[in-house]
Amino acid sequence: MWSVIKGRWTSPGLELRMNVKNYVRFEFSSMPENVSFARSCVGAFAAQLDCTLEDIEEIKLVVSEAVSNSIIHGYNGSTDGKIEVMASIFDNGSLEIIVKDFGRGIENVEQAMEPTYSSDSSRMGLGFTFMRSFMDEMDVISEPGQGTSVRMLRFFPSQNHQAMA
Amino acid sequence: MNADFKQVRDTLVVRISGELDMLVADQLRQEIDRRLDNTSISTLILNLEKVSFIDSSGLGVIIGRYKKVSAQQGRMYIVGACPPVEKILHFSGINKLVPLYRSEKDVVSN
Ligand SMILES: Nc1ncnc2c1ncn2[C@@H]1O[C@H](COP(=O)(O)OP(=O)(O)OP(=O)(O)O)[C@@H](O)[C@H]1O
Ligand SMILES: [Mg+2]
Repeated sequence: MWSVIKGRWTSPGLELRMNVKNYVRFEFSSMPENVSFARSCVGAFAAQLDCTLEDIEEIKLVVSEAVSNSIIHGYNGSTDGKIEVMASIFDNGSLEIIVKDFGRGIENVEQAMEPTYSSDSSRMGLGFTFMRSFMDEMDVISEPGQGTSVRMLRFFPSQNHQAMA
Repeated sequence: MNADFKQVRDTLVVRISGELDMLVADQLRQEIDRRLDNTSISTLILNLEKVSFIDSSGLGVIIGRYKKVSAQQGRMYIVGACPPVEKILHFSGINKLVPLYRSEKDVVSN
């Protein structure tokens, strides 16, 4: 089990003192066809949480954004890159999603995450803004020439409650 | 994704169905631009009734077409967006540039 917290590869189970209740992990080639596969898959996985259809739509959106970024920016549109997705549900009902590529990486992560920043003039620079807005936590770890990993976490409070009861 | 084009005089209606993501964004952009470039169109209506999903790649196509149409002194409207899609349109602020209507009829009657 891997995750990235505050710049270190670490196990969320230890760091956050939570147990993973369930997880899925898959990898696929950087073909645009696989974007809908990835978001549907994580959306279906998230459906076992106590969440609304609206929540599922938001989960699908953030996965779509992260995976599209890996294909478009990380691999510059080339289809022979590898993308890994891992989604975990913790005992307290939170959902963690990690999307990782081994592409170009990001030179300046802070700038990349600014709302409306895009390195491509035909794009709106909304992807990271969506990820940040629809998830409770988001961190990006990137190394130029090595790749990028986006970790997102979303709490589902009603499950929290159940877990504590 | 499937796009159906209907042109009446200088109004182009594009009825899109499916999921509007990076897989289909380029094709949709090209198909709309071909018509914008080759015929004189003053009103572009995007009918999203049958679009179940949109992300930033789809929004990019919409904003790009808006810029193009405005540069030609034309107008653009979005009609029929379902609640999840409408939410994303609002979130991105596109609705401030491209007005949203319920149906194609509503655009005509306004
Ligand atoms: N996986 C990645 N690999 C390399 N660069 C990335 C990656 N993800 C994001 N970036 C960089 O961060 C910038 C901002 O990303 P963001 O998703 O917010 O906007 P965008 O993809 O440019 O536009 P939009 O998401 O609206 O289509 C990108 O323009 C790109 O330069
Ligand atoms: Mg993006």
